[in-house]
Amino acid sequence: MDVLKTLEQYGPQLAQCVRCGACQAHCPVYLETCREGSVARGKIVLAAALLNGEVGLEDRLQQEIGLCLLCGSCVAKCPNQVPTDAIVAALRRRITHEQGLSPIGKKVATLTGSQSLMKGLIRGAELLSPLLFKKIPKTSGLQLRFSPAGLEGRTLPPIPERTLSARVPEYLEGKADKPVLGFFAGCAITYLYPEIGEALVTLLHTLGYSVVFPKSQGCCGMPALSSGNEPLLNKLATANVNAFEGHEVDAIVTACASCHGALAGHYAEKNGNPFGAEVIDIHLFLAQHGLVEHLAALPRWQKQVRVTYHDPCHLRTQGITKEPRQLLQALPQVDFVEMEDAGLCCGLGGTFTAAHPDLSRAIGDRKLGGLQKSGATAIASGCPGCIMQLQDSINRAGLQIKAVHPLDLILQAMTAPPR
Amino acid sequence: MLSDQIRLALEAIVGAENVSSSSTDRITHSFDATQQQFLPDVVVHAETSEQVSRIVRLANSEKIPILPRGAGSGFTGGSLPIRGGIVLVLTRMNRILSIDTDNLVAIVEPGVITGRLQKEVERLGLFYPPDPASKDFSTLGGNIAECAGGPRCVKYGVTRDYVLGLEVVTPTGDIIHTGGRTMKNVVGYDLTRLFVGSEGTLGIATQIILRLLPKPEGRKTMLVAFADIDSAAQAVSDIIRGKIIPTTLEFMDASALDCVRKTGNLDLPLDCRAVLIIEVDGDSALLDGQIQRILEIIQPLGVLETRIAETTAESEAIWKVRRSVSPSLRKLNPDKFNEDIVVPRSKVPDMIRALETISERYDVPIVNFGHAGDGNIHVNVMVDLAQSGMRKTVQLALNDIFQAAVKLGGSVSGEHGIGTAKAPYIGMELDQATLAAMQAIKKALDPNNIMNPGKIFLDESVPEPPEKPAEIST
Repeated sequence: MDVLKTLEQYGPQLAQCVRCGACQAHCPVYLETCREGSVARGKIVLAAALLNGEVGLEDRLQQEIGLCLLCGSCVAKCPNQVPTDAIVAALRRRITHEQGLSPIGKKVATLTGSQSLMKGLIRGAELLSPLLFKKIPKTSGLQLRFSPAGLEGRTLPPIPERTLSARVPEYLEGKADKPVLGFFAGCAITYLYPEIGEALVTLLHTLGYSVVFPKSQGCCGMPALSSGNEPLLNKLATANVNAFEGHEVDAIVTACASCHGALAGHYAEKNGNPFGAEVIDIHLFLAQHGLVEHLAALPRWQKQVRVTYHDPCHLRTQGITKEPRQLLQALPQVDFVEMEDAGLCCGLGGTFTAAHPDLSRAIGDRKLGGLQKSGATAIASGCPGCIMQLQDSINRAGLQIKAVHPLDLILQAMTAPPR
Repeated sequence: MLSDQIRLALEAIVGAENVSSSSTDRITHSFDATQQQFLPDVVVHAETSEQVSRIVRLANSEKIPILPRGAGSGFTGGSLPIRGGIVLVLTRMNRILSIDTDNLVAIVEPGVITGRLQKEVERLGLFYPPDPASKDFSTLGGNIAECAGGPRCVKYGVTRDYVLGLEVVTPTGDIIHTGGRTMKNVVGYDLTRLFVGSEGTLGIATQIILRLLPKPEGRKTMLVAFADIDSAAQAVSDIIRGKIIPTTLEFMDASALDCVRKTGNLDLPLDCRAVLIIEVDGDSALLDGQIQRILEIIQPLGVLETRIAETTAESEAIWKVRRSVSPSLRKLNPDKFNEDIVVPRSKVPDMIRALETISERYDVPIVNFGHAGDGNIHVNVMVDLAQSGMRKTVQLALNDIFQAAVKLGGSVSGEHGIGTAKAPYIGMELDQATLAAMQAIKKALDPNNIMNPGKIFLDESVPEPPEKPAEIST
């Protein structure tokens, strides 16, 4: 499968940048570096110069193209909606195509693209670091985030004993009159936060849906995209589309914003959705199917938890900002508050955190002011990557705040007795 | 290209990581919001006044052009390195050094983003009024170089009205101090005013002392629809004659309303040919009274409809009408020439009529909106440069527009500056003796003409723009 556009195909969009500089106000990387090459406008000018032959793939250019979280903040605020995130990804593919993979890109390739992927994620468990990676097979893009550079000074969630695959069956039958839903979990939910995946399956099943969780699914390919590895992204896209083939599902739900960005966004970049069913974020799905009203009708709890919400970039850029908030506001045990800078990137950015650990942490720390001011004791986010990064920023600052997935809270409201 | 010796000297001042002559860095510092491109020879990031001084001294002794650069968001080419040389980036000199709540004074470095300072002082109940549209990304150094304005200037004045003093590195590398921290200061010449609006041609501000105000307690927004531009302009004059100075008095003429109408974002009657957006601020208890007074004043003027925002959301909805104009323009034609002429407040209807005539004469759409309260009209000539002869047509139309503005007692630029884009028109407004006085000042401070050379004054040696003409902007 060949799903992505080339840099040349983005030519008309490059011409739409009018160099106004508005992107400077919204780029998490620029806010730290204050250097023009960090921001969308500088990268667009470089892309145009590259296409015109005014500059080659020199080291400095590669460094600047590396300095992007692909968070899409600039795209959302651009008066002309220039898709800089997609253009940077295309630039990285150009660099990889002509110069081969960067050291980090090579690691991504070995990790997420190994042969064992095809046999299924579970059996590929060759351990990189016995202590940390006991449960994370080398086929996972997660390995990269825990590479020595990315690990230094980072606090991590306890690695769970059993992965999601060991916790939920491949098929769970619901009511006959309810739709059948496919579930794409992704690496972070499968290995780091299996309880989120478990919550999703339990919740959907409680609501009467049948759930299909094909165990031959692999990494979504976001790390491959981020490191400019087009062949690998294509390979992973093919594997994941095949994983759902033969299962009659009415929709495929995701609970990881980044996986959603890959499956619903990048897989469909050139030729539209390759799956037999719509790929839909779980918050959007639940909101569209009456769960907000259902939650709002539950008896209020005596004990309320003050919760705020962080927008994962890959939901925000898809316009999914209302639904997670509606769900949280409707929860009987939650006192929902908005925080300042809720839409600011957490700084993880796929492979960015491995390549630029210091910058990644500095960007993450920008979340803390608004978070503390909100007075929340929990911060919910629809992306396990954000949850991991937010918790790390919180821990390093010595705060008593827990990063959670909205699904954790929803399941609690539906199953626990009111307190 | 600079010699290795000079590059090494620069590296000795700021460190190798802050000096680059790679194609990548030269390209990313070759442009501003005019969309023109000129490659510098080297890009240098400085972080202290001392570094700036040493770099300028080096540039002066080697006679290398030096270009101070902030956000690079100017509309007239002020930060374009038209003769190559050193681009000196000041974005990392971005510390707010102090906010003095006893004396209502802030001291900042030039790389501080205007919107960030506003946020910080508002947290303390204070207020920095100048609000250029670019305030979320443009720097105070740049705002001072261009003497930036904005919608709130009707009531609060422009950047120059808030600068009490400056630390400036002159073109010979000396560090001088103008003005001070006090409201009153008459010691020597008022150099502060000379440097504000000097477009980086006389020196580089490395520290800025700003005057602050107490933050107004509340704000109220209203939209008024008129049948014609004369009534709207009359309303502006009458409101001011009625001794009310609103915070903002923005207008959109029929051409702008038609643009927004086409996008389906305008629910105003078709016979509405002009709109005013009026905002008042101050003590909350007094706001309703002010709005009432304005309503009484404008009622006799053929008002079609008034909307008074009762909530923040309603106020947002009103401002959305104004903000929809810019994005809707590109539906007319791909290339936009955005000028910021200013005329005496009472001459706005005459200017709008002149613009309509010019639009017909050259058969190009001209869309007008802007700050009616201070006569600052944003004139947008929308064309498709791919059409043959269009470049020439635009130049003729712009020439007529500037002529008309000056004839009405106005000016070719209210807040964007001259740079390279408007240098050809400066002679329409300034007589030879005045120009000579200005050039004498330039020569006295910058004997080797190294500091942002070729700006403001028409210079025959300025290279022709490679692509589009300078006036293109967002």
